[in-house]
Amino acid sequence: MILQAIDTLVVLLILTNLLLLGTNRLNGCIRMIAFQGFLLGVLAIFLQTPGNPVHIFLLAAGSMILKGVVFPWLLSRALREAHVRREVDPFVGFTLSLIAGGAALAVAVSLGARLPLPEALGSTLVFPGALFMIFVGFFLIVSRRTALSQVLGYLVLENGIYLCGIALIHDEPVLIEMGVLLDVFVAVFIMGIMIFHIQREFDHIETDQLATLKDVEP
Amino acid sequence: MIMATLHLFMALTLSPLLLGIINRTKALFAGRTGQPLLQLYYDLAKLLRKGAVYSRTTTWVFRAGPVIGLASVLMASALVPFGGRPSLLSFPGDFLVLACLLGLARFFTILAALDTGSSFEGMGASREAAFSALAEPALLLSLAAVALRSGRLSLSSMLVSPLAWGHLAPALWLVAAAVFVVLLAENARVPVDDPATHLELTMIHEVMVLDHSGPDLAFILYGAALKLWILGAVWVGIVAPFGGMNPWTGTLFALAAILGLAVFIGVIESLMARLRLSRIPPLLVGAGVCALLALLVARP
Repeated sequence: MILQAIDTLVVLLILTNLLLLGTNRLNGCIRMIAFQGFLLGVLAIFLQTPGNPVHIFLLAAGSMILKGVVFPWLLSRALREAHVRREVDPFVGFTLSLIAGGAALAVAVSLGARLPLPEALGSTLVFPGALFMIFVGFFLIVSRRTALSQVLGYLVLENGIYLCGIALIHDEPVLIEMGVLLDVFVAVFIMGIMIFHIQREFDHIETDQLATLKDVEP
Repeated sequence: MIMATLHLFMALTLSPLLLGIINRTKALFAGRTGQPLLQLYYDLAKLLRKGAVYSRTTTWVFRAGPVIGLASVLMASALVPFGGRPSLLSFPGDFLVLACLLGLARFFTILAALDTGSSFEGMGASREAAFSALAEPALLLSLAAVALRSGRLSLSSMLVSPLAWGHLAPALWLVAAAVFVVLLAENARVPVDDPATHLELTMIHEVMVLDHSGPDLAFILYGAALKLWILGAVWVGIVAPFGGMNPWTGTLFALAAILGLAVFIGVIESLMARLRLSRIPPLLVGAGVCALLALLVARP
């Protein structure tokens, strides 16, 4: 029963990643990220590692509130202020992104089957799922143009690492996990402000155009 | 054997009814009376009595298209099990033959469309080829996932008894979703194609058969209805195989399921708009990736 719940949650996580790869609406992407944070919190409760149940619950609740409510709120505000609705012209198109996602999935599953892992992983799906999320995070960061999509990619990457952590590490010190959450929070906070300032200075949030900025003409 | 023959007979006679049900559901949602349930039977009878008109620029390919299309779909309908009983024809690997037959029918429809030399039909042919190239991997991967899970290679053993998905139930949903998207795409239903429209910019399937008339058009319409029945039977077989029951109750349940599927398609068509052409490839590739995920998850 628990195994089925874990597998269902991991498959849902993988599906949210595929949606992130295939959609161009930034609003929908932010909602997907919020849903991902919620799923991760539930998953952390189901993947009961032998540890203090209060700590596990605190971590799950903390990550759910931060990733499910606070980050989406910060990002939606940045999105509203930047007057951008869609990722219009990414470096890699949406269909091709989905195909790349399929390839990444195959790689993640074959790697997950091959790597020597400690036991008690909950389910054989968790580790490939985490690897896949990390791949998708990297892919989103390099393949999208707007700064906001890159922040989303960073969050997916962090979610993947978090999933890896709750699956693999027994009794992770709460202090470290809280520290990581705080770091991510600060990062998203600062990037939200940065996006706003980039928008105000240059009237767009496309990062590849920033590369052409120079002080002096050569 | 008798049951299998009966099921084939049911597929041949009842498949036009599915389209009638879809149209009646849509009419109900729109508050219209709608066309009679048996409208497609009347249309077929009318078309078969008429003569065909052939343009002088067309060759034998144009005449062969509808015939080969209908023949391949007829053969495919003998491969698909129904109501938890094996089909008339079954051998290991017949799911590949099913995909191949559907592909052959499509290939000749496309060739016939290109043979007319009309740029309008060429446009439809190009769209059909592009989208089916994305839909076919999704179908094959879904069937491969079911084959891998059941350890069998023939449709008649894959789709008749409930599989032990166990804690891998999510894989079953993924396969069901992928096959459903393929069903919508292959049968030119909303959200991939709108069968009710004759607006040139959005047509895919309709545009390819504009130049066919009389018995040829009847063959095409009947073949399309059979194709809907075939893919519907595959979907029902994956989601709810009624094996291990009394054959008659199994048949009744499967019939109810496939008619319910038709109602469901009608509901979707009433509630959803057609997708923009550029949004269709991500949908189909997404279905393919879902099927791939199911395949990777379903390792026994």
